[in-house]
Amino acid sequence: MTKFSITELSTHKNPLASHHALMLPVAEFAPPKLCVREVSKVFRYQSEPLTVLENINLVLSPHEFVCLVGASGCGKSTLLKIVAGLTSPSSGQVYVDQDRVTGPGSDRGMVFQSYSLFPWLTVAKNIDFGLKLQNLSRVERHERIAYYLDVVGLTRFANAFPKQLSGGMKQRAAIARALANEPEVLLMDEPFGSLDAQTKEQLQLFMRDIWERTQMTILMVTHDVEEAIFLASRVSIMDTHPGRIKQDVVIDLPEHRALEMKSEPSFLGLKRQITSLI
Amino acid sequence: MEFRSFPFLTPSFTSLFSAKKTAGVMRSRRLRPSTFWSVRRGIPKPLKILMPILGAGLPLLAWVVLSYGRLVPEIFLPTPVQVLRAGGELLKDGVLLGDIFASTSRVLLGFLAAAFISIPLGLLMGTFHTMESLFSPIVGPVRYMPVAAFVPLVMIWAGIGEPAKILIVFLGIVLYNVTMIADAVKFIPDEILNAAYTLGASRPVLLFKVIFPATLPSIIDTMRTNIAGAWNFLILSELIAAQQGLGFRIIQSQRYIQTDKALFCICIIGAIGLLTDYALKKLGMSLTPWVEHNHA
Repeated sequence: MTKFSITELSTHKNPLASHHALMLPVAEFAPPKLCVREVSKVFRYQSEPLTVLENINLVLSPHEFVCLVGASGCGKSTLLKIVAGLTSPSSGQVYVDQDRVTGPGSDRGMVFQSYSLFPWLTVAKNIDFGLKLQNLSRVERHERIAYYLDVVGLTRFANAFPKQLSGGMKQRAAIARALANEPEVLLMDEPFGSLDAQTKEQLQLFMRDIWERTQMTILMVTHDVEEAIFLASRVSIMDTHPGRIKQDVVIDLPEHRALEMKSEPSFLGLKRQITSLI
Repeated sequence: MEFRSFPFLTPSFTSLFSAKKTAGVMRSRRLRPSTFWSVRRGIPKPLKILMPILGAGLPLLAWVVLSYGRLVPEIFLPTPVQVLRAGGELLKDGVLLGDIFASTSRVLLGFLAAAFISIPLGLLMGTFHTMESLFSPIVGPVRYMPVAAFVPLVMIWAGIGEPAKILIVFLGIVLYNVTMIADAVKFIPDEILNAAYTLGASRPVLLFKVIFPATLPSIIDTMRTNIAGAWNFLILSELIAAQQGLGFRIIQSQRYIQTDKALFCICIIGAIGLLTDYALKKLGMSLTPWVEHNHA
């Protein structure tokens, strides 16, 4: 278990540090929920080293909703996998509540782009999978399953197998499964990427609503700038080759968001600003 | 006209096409509809009924013509009725049921022993690179060694009793099971495993609660495929000093040139094979209700 202080954080040797320091919520005294420190990832591609991520620093305060945007191939999904502990960084560390991440764990729930539901389990049993591992009592598990099924509107499909659900329903079930585990941080890897436009907007509303109610800390990867602005309290823009964080944009839109906001001037201004940076 | 539409082609070259293409206008390639050769689409009911009748009826007809027409000596190919009558005789002599029981239990024991070893081993080899590296030097080459070649050794090692026969069935299929199951594990999408990890799964949980159920449909399919192999090796095993069994009966029939009895026993093996296949298929459907079964 490695601890570090807040001051140490803001003085890291990063060429972009001064710029970052403005954006990082260091002024607040709440310790960060998630902290990515000087993470780099180098792959070998045809025996040549290929730097996918270079010196990534990222801090999420409790209850923050951060979206990582960037062109495809910028390493944003790799970064998310490193945070999840599914891939190890070539250098650097990830901390959740100041505990160093050494592998995957239930403190970092994840929603994947493709449907990662277990096809052999019903929707309710899928949600139960993580709960069983937490050794919760039967009563508590039942309550949580019922609650999160209700949250995602799938109560009627509790006993359906994933193959019987539509794409949007599958993704809602996957979100419910991740939420029910009540992780410290929720990681989402282009969760709505393979959905049609209408379903996507519905799920964006739904996700924002959940976040407003639960105030969970969320780190989401997307290539959809509009989606990022609509959902996030802060958008981190990533650069490609090598992947690094270029700029943070705080989304100063009203807390409660509605789909109509997508066509308002302030929203469109942010969209123009971020799109130009990618 | 042709020449004008393709000014870059010489007249002699375009004339190659003009025989088939009218007016020399190149058409885009379009698929012509076909009922008979439809790919992965259902066929109309009459065809669905007719095709199996043709498939079973034509060979049967050939058999009838060859045997009743005396085109082939009776000793080589008895008539269908003679084969049935031979079956009746075997039944009357009281040997048929004993043979069926002896053979089926050998196949079943060898098959179950193979499943018992190969399912855990295949899962381990598919899951852990260390286990794969550990076992593949044996599994890989031995799989290509014909089991028939081991028969004399098996007789030395295990004698000529029942264990030897079961051992041959076991040896025949166990390594095929292992490789097929290990491959099935590799087909599990990464995201399924990653999802389990992020929900807090430990490695044992991953193995028993994720990898095993994820591969269960493939495991059952593997068993279905390889039980046919088990029957192959049974006949081989019954070459060893058997007193009973369908394979033994076939060899016996050959000795007395009773082609009809031999053919009847072969048909019985086929029928048992079909039955077990159907039973395993039903078992699979009830054990894995989440799988999309295309052909009910």
